[in-house]
This record gives sequence, C-alpha cells and structure tokens, in this order.
Amino acid sequence: MATVQQPIIIDGRPLKEQLARAERRKKYVAFAMVLPLLLFILITFAIPIGSMLFRSVDNPRMITLAPQLTAELSEWDGQDMPPEEVFEAAVKDFKLAAEAGTLGRIATRVNYSMAGARSLIVKSKRKFKNVTEGPYREVMIKADKRWGELDTWKTLKKVSVPYTPVYFLNAIDRDLDGDGNIVKQPSEKRIYVKLFVRTLWIALLVTVLTLILGYPIAYLISTQPPRISNLLIIMVLLPFWTSLLVRTTSWIVLLQTQGVLNDLMVWMGVISDDGRIQMIYNLQGTLIAMTQILLPFMVLPMYSVMKTIPLSELRASQSLGANPFITFFRIFLPRSIPGIGAGGLLVFVVSVGYYITPALVGGAKGQMISNQIAFHMKSSLNWGLAAALGTILLVGVLVLYWLYDKVVGIDKMKLG
Amino acid sequence: MTNFKAGVVLAAAVGIGLLSSSAYAGKITFVSWGGSYTASQVKACIEPWTAQTGQEFNVVDYNGGLAEVRTQVEAGNVQWDIVDMTPQDSIRGCDEGLLVELDHSQWAPAPDGTPATEDFVEGALEDCHVGNISWATVPAYNKTTISGHGYGTPTTIADFFNTEKYPGRRGLRKVPRVNLEWALMADGVAAADVYEVLGTQAGQDRAFAKLDTIKDDVIWWEAGAQPPQLLADGEVVMTTAYNGRLFNAMYKEGKPFEIMWGPQVFDLDTYVVVKGAPNEAAALEFLKFCTTAEALADTTNYISYGPLRMSAAPFVNPDILPHLPTAPENFNPETALLYDFNFWADNMDTLTDRFNSWLAQ
Repeated sequence: MATVQQPIIIDGRPLKEQLARAERRKKYVAFAMVLPLLLFILITFAIPIGSMLFRSVDNPRMITLAPQLTAELSEWDGQDMPPEEVFEAAVKDFKLAAEAGTLGRIATRVNYSMAGARSLIVKSKRKFKNVTEGPYREVMIKADKRWGELDTWKTLKKVSVPYTPVYFLNAIDRDLDGDGNIVKQPSEKRIYVKLFVRTLWIALLVTVLTLILGYPIAYLISTQPPRISNLLIIMVLLPFWTSLLVRTTSWIVLLQTQGVLNDLMVWMGVISDDGRIQMIYNLQGTLIAMTQILLPFMVLPMYSVMKTIPLSELRASQSLGANPFITFFRIFLPRSIPGIGAGGLLVFVVSVGYYITPALVGGAKGQMISNQIAFHMKSSLNWGLAAALGTILLVGVLVLYWLYDKVVGIDKMKLG
Repeated sequence: MTNFKAGVVLAAAVGIGLLSSSAYAGKITFVSWGGSYTASQVKACIEPWTAQTGQEFNVVDYNGGLAEVRTQVEAGNVQWDIVDMTPQDSIRGCDEGLLVELDHSQWAPAPDGTPATEDFVEGALEDCHVGNISWATVPAYNKTTISGHGYGTPTTIADFFNTEKYPGRRGLRKVPRVNLEWALMADGVAAADVYEVLGTQAGQDRAFAKLDTIKDDVIWWEAGAQPPQLLADGEVVMTTAYNGRLFNAMYKEGKPFEIMWGPQVFDLDTYVVVKGAPNEAAALEFLKFCTTAEALADTTNYISYGPLRMSAAPFVNPDILPHLPTAPENFNPETALLYDFNFWADNMDTLTDRFNSWLAQ
C-alpha cells in the first residue's frame, strides 16, 4: 500500500522549491564573489596573452597605412616588374602616409624583411612631394634605383598581406623568398632553433641539478623533529625571500675571475694567479645561478609530500629485514614521486622562461630564448617576431606538460 | 549600519581624491637614463625651474629604446612628457609619429642674440628633438692591471684588438653597433670610410672576422654602469664605456683608469616630447629653459658631457673642459667617429640578427 507523500509546505510554498531557490541564490552569490577575480584574470591575463599571440600572424600595418598599394600588389603576379599602376599607387600612398605621419611605420615594417628599406621609404617623403602625374615608374627609379629592382617589389608584396606566416618562419630560422617558397635563413642569421634547443637543455639541466641537490635537503627536513626542521625550512626560505637581482649579483661577486672563489683557490694554491677559472659569463654561470635561485621551488613541494610519508613504514620495512637501500628505493622513493613531479615541473617551466639571470651572468653562450624575445619587444620593436617566439615557447611547454601527464600522470602531482 | 555607510562614503571620497590627484595635470614626467646622468639634469634644469616657477616633476629612469613610448601612444594612455633619447631613437620615433614635432624657433637665442637654429651643433635640432649634450663611447683600460710587455700603454683601437701585445679580457657592449665600426677601424679602415665599408657584405664579413679574433676574450656588458665595475674588479683589462661614467669612476671614486680618446665614437643626447603628453605646454616651457646655453653648461658641473650649443662654451666648468669628448686634446678628427644613426636605422635589424647569431655560435 503506497502512500503518496505530500510535499511539506511552509508559507504556502513547497520546501523543495524554497531549498532550490536558496541554493541558486547561494550559487549566484558565490559566483559574484569570484567575479572580480575572474574579470581581473580575463583583463590582465587572458586578453593580453591572446592579443599577443594574435600579433604573431597579424600583419595589418601595410593594409591600413597603404591601402591602394596593397590592393595593386595583390593583383600583380610577382614574376616580372610590376605594372605602372603599382608604381602610381606606391607614390600616392607614400605621399598620403607622409602627410598623416605614418610613413615611418611603413618603413619600419618593410625594414624587418629588407635592410635599407627604412631610408628608401622615408626618403620618398621628400622626393615624391611634388609629383602629381606619371610616368610614376620613371619618377621612382630616378629617385632611387632600388625601385627598379624586382626584389624590392617582391619584398613589398610579401609584407603586404593581412596575415603572414613570416614571423613564425623567422622564429624557426626560415623565411619566404620572393616567390613564396620557404627557404632557410642564411647560415649567419640562424639562431632561434639553436636557442630553443639550448633553452630546453638548460631548463632540463637546472631541473636535474635542483633535484639532485634538493632531494637530500627535503628528506632531511621532513625527517627531523620540528625544532630543527623549522630552522632548516627558514634557511631554505631566506634566499627565496631575497631579491632575485641581489642573489644574481652575489653570484657575480663570488664567481668572477677576481672573485671570492677564485681568490680563495689562488690563496690555497689550488690554481695559479694566471690560471684563474672562468666560472661566470658563460653557460656555467647561468647554470650555477639558476640552480641556486630555483632550488626552493624544488625543495618545498618535495618536502610537503615527504612529510606525509610515515616514518613508521620505513621502520616496519627495516624490521622485516630490508636493508636501508631497499627501504629507500621500495618504500620512500615511490611515495615521494608526486613531490618530485611537482617540483620538477615547477622548476622546468619557470626556467624555460628565465630572463634576468641569464642576461646578467650568461655572457654570450648562456643566453636563452627569452633574452631574444625581450630584445625584439624592447629594442627592435618587432613584436610580431617576439609574439611568434613566445607562442612557440608556450606551445612547447604545453606539449611537455601533456607528455608529462601521459607518462607520469598529472594527478600524481602534489604540492602538499 | 550608519557606520558602514559612513565608511563607504569615506572610501569613495578617498578614491575620488586619489583619482583626481593622479589625473591632476601639472606634474611633468621627465624620463632619462638614471644614475649620475639624471642627477646632473635634476641639478642643472629641474631644481632651478621648480624654484623659479613651482612646477613639479616626476623623474623616471629608463634604458633607452622606443618600447615604452610606443606602448603608451598606441594604447592612448600617455604618461611620459619629456624623454631623453639618442637621435637613433628620436628620429625613428619621429618617423613613426610617436613624438611631437618641434618648432625650433621657440628656443632661446644665444646670449649674444644668435638664433638657436644657428647656435646648436649639427644634428642637434631635428624634426622632433632638441639637442642636450654630446657623449662618447670610448675604450679605457685599468692602469694597474694592464701589462704592455714593454710596448707602452695602448693608444689605438688596434691595440684594443691586439691580445698578444696586451693580454687580458676585454669588455664590449652586447650590441653590434660601435663594435663593428671599431673592428673595421682596428683592421685598418679609416674613420671616414667606416660606414661605407660596413654597408657592404664584404665589409660586414671583415668586421665580424676581426671581432672573431678577440671573441674568446670578451666579456659582454649591457648597462652603462657595468664596464667601470668590470674594470675596477680586474675582470677585464680594457673595456668600452660611456665617457661620463668613466669620469665619475676616475675622478669621484679615484679609480686608476685611463681613457683612450683617439677612437671615440661620438653621439648626441636629445630631448623629445611624447605625442599626446598630458603636460605638453608645460613641458615645452621647461625645455625652453633647459636648453638655454646657461642651463646646458650648468650640467657640466655634475658630469663630463658636453653641451650642444656653441654659445654654452664660456659657461662650461673649466675643471671639466679637458674631460669632454669635444675638448681639442680629446677629439682627433682623423680617428674619432661620428655615430651614423641613419646607417644603423637601416641596418640594425639585419646586423643585430647576424650579431646575435654570431654570439651564440
């Protein structure tokens, strides 16, 4: 005999409905509370990164600043010298751009692909000022004979497309030739592939070094009574709280050829005064400084995982006849792997983007890809290339993260 | 609840106060290269002008380049009013429409009435910049650590590149410009022909080949404060550096350095006003004061850079005269090189790529 359960009604409404309403309100309140943070992240992180990534293919400058010329160039087949219409459009667009004060921006863009284009185009401000009728071709070639060269026009055509793969090609030491084929850069200009490889190599070495140095420290801290372990943690954290620049400069003082370490070795007679060792302004300097600076990123996650491993299990293992080695490798090490994974990934990702330390102590051979990105952001203002390099780096790190997830499993990672 | 309301009102009032004070147009943002150089400008220009007119300033340091100016102009949120730039950047910034075009008839005439346009040295007045001082990149050595093997002290740029005669590491700025010029000069190219040779593929190969001969002995510096430090630490025996920084190390800190003036590479520093600057009018008024012969000459009381107005010469601190790049005993027209910013504006992208790639080999 089934009885139909009547809904409990309070204040004329079923309780269930009231409960759902209250729940919904709670959700809205919760969402409203994280909304500022969400907006903050969107505005200061997602949108800027998105627009930066977009710059790596976006190439609007020629189209907005020289619309007639780009239109004519797109109709030209790029095989023989362009027709008179292209010359006419060039003269007219350059004149308009000169009046609007944007000619220099055209010149800068073309100069990325062709040395000397800057002055060639900026000069046209003076030369074409009074030109009102054709033949434009003769006028231009008379102003500068480079306007009579096919390669100049091919370069212009190449840079006058709305979206370009050139920045990405440049970022892997390739370029488009005048006919649109992908070619290798001349050997003296190839650099980025080598730097990407070096960056990953340095990041890997730093990760391994911090692991080798950090693991025993983390083990020691996690097995000591609180009185000692707190002191040890403070010793790990103290340098962590010190300014990055201070720590990097301290390494310069220690490692330079007239520095503390070399002086000490000369004084002890290990090396002669002429045989001082070059330990900084090279790859070695970058490795030493980065390892020290990133060590806390390795030690702290490992420590927080290791302190959850009960020491009683180790004692149990030994009491059951395992020697200390077997106890370590079969009991302790497997349980500390989540910490190794977290620390390793953290150190690796942070070191891939390292910038200030290599710039200060890396000399010529200790430079990483981020130093080139900074160069193109700050000095050459070639933001397209900087964005392409940054995108490749970002995608590379994401791929490694994905691989890590496949091989080790991201859920095994633990920060404590 | 009333307390809460009062708190909200108070917070809003403070917020509005903060907003309005930051938007308050009046404080000129003056951007320069920091250290002893900015200090000289503050003492010679900013402090007297503040005393005279009550105008307040916000002094900011930067490391050259157009990145910040371009970002501010493109975002339509210009914070900087006046920037101290080298012509290389100011001319490019002008071409890109980032800077205010200046009317050069507004600058104060020389004390004898000569108009400013005739009083400034060549290159000091361009579309968007008004000249400030001249400076030089020079090679220098540490007298206590250099050993000449009996050849005497180094004097030429060829000596700088000769590690057999003068063993020991060299400091060079980690950029292609100036270094490539010097490599060619050390290889026997006359100063007058340097840019012509460097404009050719063969000339570039030659310059890099010459740099190759000392590559293993070079320590690369980036910030202007580094080379005097490297030289003092004995990390290098010879280095290139800015003459003003060396002057301060030598005469204010008593470091045993010697400047090789012969091969100096001579350049200018100029003032520009950023397009859309919040205090453009006040900034121009200030620049009128700061570019008078007297004000320019006054900076020489604090640093050894030369004013760019001919009429400033009589006011220059006599003690500093022999340390200026333009002093007759320092400036040898045969061996000194005038930095060609037009050449570099054209070739910077290509040569920097090649230089960076060469460094990484």
